[in-house]
Amino acid sequence: MADLPATPSPRRFRVETNARPLVIAGLAAVALVLIVLPVFAGRAALQDFFFIFTMLALAQYWNLLAGYAGLVSVGQQAFVGLGAYSLFAATLLAGLDPFVAILISGVVAAALALPTALVVFRLRGAYFAIGTWVAAEVFRLVFAQFKQLGGGTGTSLGPDIANSLAGLEWVARTFGVRNSAARDIITYWVALALLIGTLTLVYALLRSRRGLALAAIRDSEPAADSLGVDGFRTKLVVYVLTAFGTGMVGALIYFQKARISPDAAFSVFDWTAYVIFIVVIGGIGTMEGPIVGAIVLYFLQDYLASFGAWYLIALGGLAAAVMLVAPQGLWGFFARWSDFQVFPVRRRLSTPDRDDHSPAGSR
Amino acid sequence: MVAWLDTLIQGVLLGGLYALYATGLSLIFGIMRLVNLAHGDLIVFGAFLILALATALGIDSVLAFAIAVPIMFAVGYALQAFLFNRTLGADILAPLLVSFGLSIVIQNGLLEAFSADTRRLPIGEVAGMSLPLGGGIAVGVMPLLSLAAAIVVVVGLNQLFYRTGLGRALRATSDDTETAQLMGIDNERIYAIAMGLAMAVCAVAAFFLGSRAPFDPSIGPARLIYAFEAVIIGGLGSLWGTLAGGIVVGVAQTIGARVNPEWQILAGHVAFLVVLVLRPRGFFPRAVD
Repeated sequence: MADLPATPSPRRFRVETNARPLVIAGLAAVALVLIVLPVFAGRAALQDFFFIFTMLALAQYWNLLAGYAGLVSVGQQAFVGLGAYSLFAATLLAGLDPFVAILISGVVAAALALPTALVVFRLRGAYFAIGTWVAAEVFRLVFAQFKQLGGGTGTSLGPDIANSLAGLEWVARTFGVRNSAARDIITYWVALALLIGTLTLVYALLRSRRGLALAAIRDSEPAADSLGVDGFRTKLVVYVLTAFGTGMVGALIYFQKARISPDAAFSVFDWTAYVIFIVVIGGIGTMEGPIVGAIVLYFLQDYLASFGAWYLIALGGLAAAVMLVAPQGLWGFFARWSDFQVFPVRRRLSTPDRDDHSPAGSR
Repeated sequence: MVAWLDTLIQGVLLGGLYALYATGLSLIFGIMRLVNLAHGDLIVFGAFLILALATALGIDSVLAFAIAVPIMFAVGYALQAFLFNRTLGADILAPLLVSFGLSIVIQNGLLEAFSADTRRLPIGEVAGMSLPLGGGIAVGVMPLLSLAAAIVVVVGLNQLFYRTGLGRALRATSDDTETAQLMGIDNERIYAIAMGLAMAVCAVAAFFLGSRAPFDPSIGPARLIYAFEAVIIGGLGSLWGTLAGGIVVGVAQTIGARVNPEWQILAGHVAFLVVLVLRPRGFFPRAVD
């Protein structure tokens, strides 16, 4: 920032976020290990990681909406489903390459998010939440009408399309595995790439001017408005960006599943309830929280999913209890007695002559 | 022409049922600005409660319904007193997510207790009876009763709000919580009573839901959405508006179903979106959100 000439003893101030080189090196090391993981890990482990990566990416986008922009949506399944159906349309009907189709799916989801936003943004707060759900229901019912994509019962990707992935033969030869296993390795990498892209995007956004505007809007919209922050536009940008990312993740998830139906692709339960659980358990409004939450969900799923309805009762009850008792989630609990941040987005005031790090700006 | 008139009449009657779903939601929003995402599941819970009472006590569904109303009031009172009152405040996230968690708990609890089978409340011959209106149009007795019930509920609640001391306390809390508290009103108790009333209305909705069509534990969220659409179309804070909103959704759905049976639900949603674009505050708005 600039000098503050009015102060009695002129001193230079800077407002910065404290990114530590050690943390950056650690993140790079983790990324490197994850990239080469298919060399050591078996197929089942890769599929587990695929689940964690995709759910975590979805959770980061939902967290950006609800935790930072104050847009609590229970309709993110709209964009998962749109992305998934776009992928099926692009590969099955238009015969496009799956990689290209995933990118197109994100664009389609974002393009449809724009008119959706113009309608649902008319609702505020909790009504916005149900409004997004209605929008998702509309998309579900509309896609159930597309007979070319199987109508209400859905359709499958044939092995010819599933095996048309670029680089499939190379991976199969290099790793000495069959086509189906090679496909899992490639989708694992794509999921990892999407996750790293998501984390980078969210982090960059939160550290930018727009991120500061978001925090200001979340803390007090009238105050932010009076300082010249365009709340509507900022929220719109975040909503459309989130739809883009969510759509691509949805496309990838359904490429891997290779089978789609409107009820599954637009399921509020699978694509919003679990995501909310991840964010709430981990800690809403932080980038670290969803990472913790996704890992917790994975272990719960692994050990307790066989209990069926009781497992889901426990998940719902746990999320409600955390919201009531410890709304900051697991990461918030940890952050209370530690200053450590993996993704520092909090701005601090620092003075070079005194190492006095007093927090400034938003939390 | 007669066919379309018939469609319109059936739509209005269906709207009565949707208005019953929506009245409780409208009530709690009007008084405490709370949006309960478990509302639809609580209606389905009410239907299973009536069924369980009728089966366990070996009594008629109507009698079981009469017993279920005070039980649902108590359930609502307890939910608000022990759960939702703890989420009050400026933050919308807590009530939303707590009620979303509750919705999942209720759905899966019902699934565990009653299985995924579809059920129906046995009400005897009335279920199939209809009144001929002439010109080939006939209306079912149960649909007619559900519209009548919706009107009775709205009239009754309005009488309660504008003719009783409790109603005055409810309105005062709705208008200005702090000042109402200064006048000695315990707002948390008022909220609990309001939720109890909303759940008693849900019991009425549950009776007509269960006796008109088959139900199973998974249908709650769809009821929430219809109720929500009715509330928004009618305008926040107006019970008569909510009744009108329910009728708009009902008519849109029957017209959609007439054009193509697959379009019934979609037509209701489209009507909602059109109203939202043209009249974002609904037809008869009273409250400012």
